[in-house]
Amino acid sequence: MPVARSDTLELRSAADVVSVRQAVRTWAIEAGFSLVDQTKMVTAASEIARNTIDYGGGGTATLELIVEGPRRGLRVVFEDTGPGIPDIQQALTDHFTTGNGLGLGLGGAKRLVNDFNISSRVGEGTRVVITRWK
Amino acid sequence: MSAATDAVIPRILKTNEAELLDEWLKEQLTAFRPGSKISETELRGQSKEFLNLLQQATQAGHVTDIQAPSFGRVRDMLGDVSRSRGLQGFSPSETATFVLSLKRPLFARIRTELGGDADTLATVTWSATELFDKLGLYTTEVYQKSREEVIKRQQQELLELSTPVVKLWDGILALPMIGTLDSARTQIVMESLLQRIVETGADIAIIDITGVPTVDTLTAQHLLKTVTAARLMGADCIISGIRPQIAQTIVHLGVDLGAVITKATLADAFRRALEMTGQRQRALKPRA
Repeated sequence: MPVARSDTLELRSAADVVSVRQAVRTWAIEAGFSLVDQTKMVTAASEIARNTIDYGGGGTATLELIVEGPRRGLRVVFEDTGPGIPDIQQALTDHFTTGNGLGLGLGGAKRLVNDFNISSRVGEGTRVVITRWK
Repeated sequence: MSAATDAVIPRILKTNEAELLDEWLKEQLTAFRPGSKISETELRGQSKEFLNLLQQATQAGHVTDIQAPSFGRVRDMLGDVSRSRGLQGFSPSETATFVLSLKRPLFARIRTELGGDADTLATVTWSATELFDKLGLYTTEVYQKSREEVIKRQQQELLELSTPVVKLWDGILALPMIGTLDSARTQIVMESLLQRIVETGADIAIIDITGVPTVDTLTAQHLLKTVTAARLMGADCIISGIRPQIAQTIVHLGVDLGAVITKATLADAFRRALEMTGQRQRALKPRA
C-alpha cells in the first residue's frame, strides 16, 4: 500500500496523548474524513496511545496517509518496547483490565476502526496498527 | 594553564574596557531585530556592569570555572538578565546573544595583544572559548527555567479557570466542561462540583461536555466516577452536550452510560432538571 505521507510522534507522558489526538484529527480532516469518522479514528488513537504509555512504558506513534487505488485512509502504528501482552485474546475482551480502567480501550478501539492488527511478544514489546478508510 | 596566561583575559578586559563595550554593543544591536524590546541605554548599562563583574571574577583566577565563588555575582547578573528576557518574550538565541556576542570583540583584542605568541594565543583563546560556552549555556539554562515557571503558572491558572460551576436555578448546578479531561483536571472538576453541591444543597448537577472534543474510555470513566460521587452526596447528574459523533463513538467503545441521564443539549438537560425538581410551571411562565 503506497504511503503518501508519514510522521512519527513520541509517546512519553499523558500530555503526548493529546498531541497524538490533535495530529490524528488534523490528518483525518486532510484525508477528507467525515466528522463521525474523524471522531472514531481520534478516539481509537487516543485509547491505544494511552495504552502505549500506561502499559507499554512509552513508545512511538507513526501516522501514515495511505492511498490504495481510489481509497484514501489513515493508518496509525503504535510501537513500544514494554513488557508485552501474554494473552491478546484476553486483553481484547471487554471489561478485562490489568490496570484500573474500564477495560474497554483495546476492544473499543478495534470496533472504531476498519482494520485492527495487534502483535506482541512478552518481554519485547507490542505493536498495534489501526487503519480507517474514508 | 599557568598564572601568566590566566592573567591575560582579565588584563584585556580591564585595559580595553571602553572599546570592548562599544564593539560589544554594536554586535548586540546588529543581532537584535529592529523594534527590539530593550532600549540601547538599558543594554549599555547591563553590558557595562557585566564587563565589570566579569573582569573582577576572572581577576580572582579560575578563568573557566564559572561555578567558582568568585563568579557568584556574574552568575547572579546573568541569571537576572536571562530571566527578565525570558519573561519579556525574548527568544533563547536572543537571550544567549547577550553573552556570546562579546566573543568576537574580545577574541579580536586577544589576537592583537598576543599576535606574536602563537602558543599563548591558542591557550588563551581556548580558555576564553570555554568560558563563553559555559556562560552561554548557563544563560540558556536560566532562560529555560524561567519559561518553565511561566508554563507552570499558566497551567495552574488554566486549571482554576476551566472548572466553573454555575448555578442555573434553585437547586440546579451546571458544569460546562471544555477541553481535555485528563486526570489532574477531572480531579479538580470533581472536587469543585462536589463542593458546590454541599454549599448550595443542589439536587441536580448538569455536566455539559459540548466543549470536550474527544470522549474516550478514560474520559467516560472520569465522568462516571463524578456522577457516582455526586449521587452519593444526594445529587442527580445529567450529562448534556452529547453530539452525534460522540454518541456513536461511545456505542462502539462499549461504554455503558445507561445508568446516567443524558441529553443532547444543555437546554434539554435544563428542562429535564426543572421537571425533576417540580419547577416546570414556574420556569415556563412568561415574564410580565
